Amino acid sequence: MSELKEHHLTLPVGRDDIAPLAPGDIVYFDGVVYTAREGVYQKVIGEGQPLPIDLTGLSNCNFHCSPAASRGADGGYRIGGVTATASFRFSKWMRQWLELTGTRIIMGKGGMPANDYKEILAPLGAVYLTTVGYGTGALLGRGITGVRDAFWLDELGIAQAMWLFDVKRFGPFIVDSDLDGNSLFAAQGEEINRGIGKLYDGLKAPALHRYGETDDREDEVL
Amino acid sequence: MIAIEQIDEAAYTIMEKAAIDIPDDYRDGIRGMVDTEKKDLSSFVLKTMLDNWEAATGDRRPMCADTGLPRYYVKVGNEASVEGGFVAVERSLRAATARATQAVPLRPNRVHPLTRADNNNNVGVNAPEIEWSFEPDADWIDITTVHKGGLFGTDYRMLFPGDGLDGIKRFYLDTLIAFGKRGLCCQPAIVGVGLGGSKDTCMQLGKQAACLRVVGDRNPDPKIAELELELKALANGIGMGPMGFVGSSMAVDCHIEIGYTHTGGMPMSVHTFCLSSRRATARIHADGRIDYRTDPRWFTPYMRRDSVDWSPDAGAGSEAAS
Repeated sequence: MSELKEHHLTLPVGRDDIAPLAPGDIVYFDGVVYTAREGVYQKVIGEGQPLPIDLTGLSNCNFHCSPAASRGADGGYRIGGVTATASFRFSKWMRQWLELTGTRIIMGKGGMPANDYKEILAPLGAVYLTTVGYGTGALLGRGITGVRDAFWLDELGIAQAMWLFDVKRFGPFIVDSDLDGNSLFAAQGEEINRGIGKLYDGLKAPALHRYGETDDREDEVL
Repeated sequence: MIAIEQIDEAAYTIMEKAAIDIPDDYRDGIRGMVDTEKKDLSSFVLKTMLDNWEAATGDRRPMCADTGLPRYYVKVGNEASVEGGFVAVERSLRAATARATQAVPLRPNRVHPLTRADNNNNVGVNAPEIEWSFEPDADWIDITTVHKGGLFGTDYRMLFPGDGLDGIKRFYLDTLIAFGKRGLCCQPAIVGVGLGGSKDTCMQLGKQAACLRVVGDRNPDPKIAELELELKALANGIGMGPMGFVGSSMAVDCHIEIGYTHTGGMPMSVHTFCLSSRRATARIHADGRIDYRTDPRWFTPYMRRDSVDWSPDAGAGSEAAS
């Protein structure tokens, strides 16, 4: 795997730290990672509630995930594994979230729409990294050395709560977008798309169509 | 009479095994794909998954934190009896789900569909699902758990006889391409195809084909077996690998299950069982002994019977003999 370049970064990162990251590179982290997804975004951006903690100088890496976690008898938390959740669903909150928190790294599953990189992440100095697989829950779980804090656990539940994790050699992650807004997923998708047409050659279309194949709801599907 | 404590123990243990230990057949299938995958990124992903499974088993932690929707499939020998009856079994399975959610831990994914209320134990209305089947000439109970991801990779379509194999292949490609992009279905997958039946049966058969048959297993009907291999090759020829990267690793296998269907229709479903194909089975014998395995052996000759009456001699061999 000599072709894949590997980076080791300490969080929080500055712009210079993430400038060398190129789509397809591999990254590992030390430092503090926080989680936030629709539950947290809705609270903070949708309802205007203040952040439960000042992230400045602590963490600027937002992981779209929810841990398999349980509360121990001692009041602490036991993290089994962590796995990302699909990020495209959070697109509508990204601009305000990055502006509010100064987050520079978004990590999750499957990337964001490519336009978001050009229009939102890159102009705000942020990049997107994807988890691998997507099921590297055990490897990522190993990388979490402790739970620094958890907020809104009772209101939002384990999956949606805001977690702060201390991490060490946390990864691997794959760089999807760089600071110019280029996207690995988009580039790979385009290459695959070039071969898709021929897969359907000679296969006749089914008799009954479905809405979605036609966008006009006045059409019949027959 | 099987003591209910044996059901409790088996139901919990398979939850833990399913969440942590990748089944051998699936891992061996992915190892084989590492050898054939030519693209660096796709190859990196497959190798990282092998590392991940080793870490999961080594640390006894879930291989993936999204532990899907835990559920059960129960096959009951016709001569089996259990303390408290089958209502007690259902209670035991619900209790094991709640216990495993806390102890393994599993992610408490199950919520009310409208209020999003979460009991934090993966138990609720119609959850976990418990599907039942029966087996003649047996006095054991097989309990299988499957934790399948629930969001991407499944679709259903009503096709018609005139659509033929073309229609089947098109819909198959449509589904895999749609959910393969960016790796939403967490491929390489065990792809399950349901053909025929009623609409609900079609969905159920496809799901069971994906989740309850092992990599390398072929449908005993030679024509269906041939189509399984053809569809597997079709998937791996899309040009897509794990995470939707360029590659050749889309389907680690393809399984098809059929059901007799309406004479005018050919319903079809496609399901994908992911890079954390979580399944584990326990057999509770009449004397209370418990054996664990990863092959559910769900589709027995009796399950696939074609006629009114059935006897072991008519099929390819009875499950009861094993």
